[in-house]
Amino acid sequence: MPLLPGKRLLLTGVLTDTSIAFHVARLAQQEGAEVVLSSFGRATRITQAIARRLPAPAPVIELDVTSPADLDALPARVGEHVDGLDGVLHAIGFAPEAALGGNFLATGWDDVATAVHVSAYSLKALTVAARPLFGPRVSVVGLDFDAAVAWPRYDWMGVAKAALESTARYLARDLGQHGVRVNLVSAGPLSTTAAKSIPGFSELSGIWGSRAPLGWDVYDPEPAALACIALLSDLFPATTGEIVHVDGGVHAMGA
Amino acid sequence: MAASEQEILAGLAEIVNEETGIPTGDVALDKSFTDDLDIDSLSMMTIVVNAEDKFGVKIPDDEVKNLKTVGDAVAFIQRAGA
Ligand SMILES: NC(=O)c1ccc[n+]([C@@H]2O[C@H](COP(=O)([O-])OP(=O)(O)OC[C@H]3O[C@@H](n4cnc5c(N)ncnc54)[C@H](O)[C@@H]3O)[C@@H](O)[C@H]2O)c1
Repeated sequence: MPLLPGKRLLLTGVLTDTSIAFHVARLAQQEGAEVVLSSFGRATRITQAIARRLPAPAPVIELDVTSPADLDALPARVGEHVDGLDGVLHAIGFAPEAALGGNFLATGWDDVATAVHVSAYSLKALTVAARPLFGPRVSVVGLDFDAAVAWPRYDWMGVAKAALESTARYLARDLGQHGVRVNLVSAGPLSTTAAKSIPGFSELSGIWGSRAPLGWDVYDPEPAALACIALLSDLFPATTGEIVHVDGGVHAMGA
Repeated sequence: MAASEQEILAGLAEIVNEETGIPTGDVALDKSFTDDLDIDSLSMMTIVVNAEDKFGVKIPDDEVKNLKTVGDAVAFIQRAGA
């Protein structure tokens, strides 16, 4: 039995075929979902080319999650392809170079503001923008990197992820009564375009190599994508404001 | 069917032209993507994805930084079995 029969999903964050969202899109189509992708600016052409590698065709709409015009236009753009939404994936993260890589004490507010705007506030912006299309039961899923502790090099992106975790809880509070669940998948390090732009990414992946009780493969985004599929499905009807760790178990270890 | 160096160069020049508007005639083997053709990393990603589809090869991310010139890319695609 497919997990997402007929579910209409808006999936952000497909950039290349290493993107976590690409694997969510691939598995979602296999599970019977109807998928609309979003991309932005010059990345849109890459997303369009990558979308052709999915099992089924998927339209790509324009959405810069910091653009009020794009957010306003979202229901109409998505509505050209599907008549409503049952799920939304937030797979968007960005921090300027000055906010990453060991510059924590010197990073200025403008760079921090960009990181928080694109990576955390955007969960609220995206969810609210998509609301006019929401059916009676909707699952919103975002991608997180454990913000409970400080990591080498992750710096202000870590602070932005802490804001994302909190944003998800407040959205869960305000939208639960409307049938909307909001959950995060906290993934271990994966070798994607976003991750490789973090100076010292290998330091983070090294930690997972030595600490994950289940082991961890930075080249395998499928476990994280599968957790997104499960949360987008009807298998977690009473779960919201939750963070599911797909990290090989690292978050539960003291050392 | 193995494509010749000339065929790959012509196909690649078309892809570069489509992404950047650079005339196909300027996309020569000895040209550097960054220094001569002024192609940034986002355009390079688009070119790589389109080249993978066109030539049926896989160009791993870690390989892309070694492809400094058009000739490097043509040679890689040829070795990768286009
Ligand atoms: N790769 C990891 O190690 C890892 C681990 C845990 C969580 N995550 C999170 O997973 C999510 C997806 O990242 P990924 O690792 O698949 O990398 P990725 O580079 O493939 O995806 C990042 C995406 O963010 C999009 N984006 C950036 N700015 C945007 C904007 N203004 N508007 C709309 N989209 C924008 C990009 O287009 C891209 O598709 C991010 O939230 C990331 O923080 C990644």
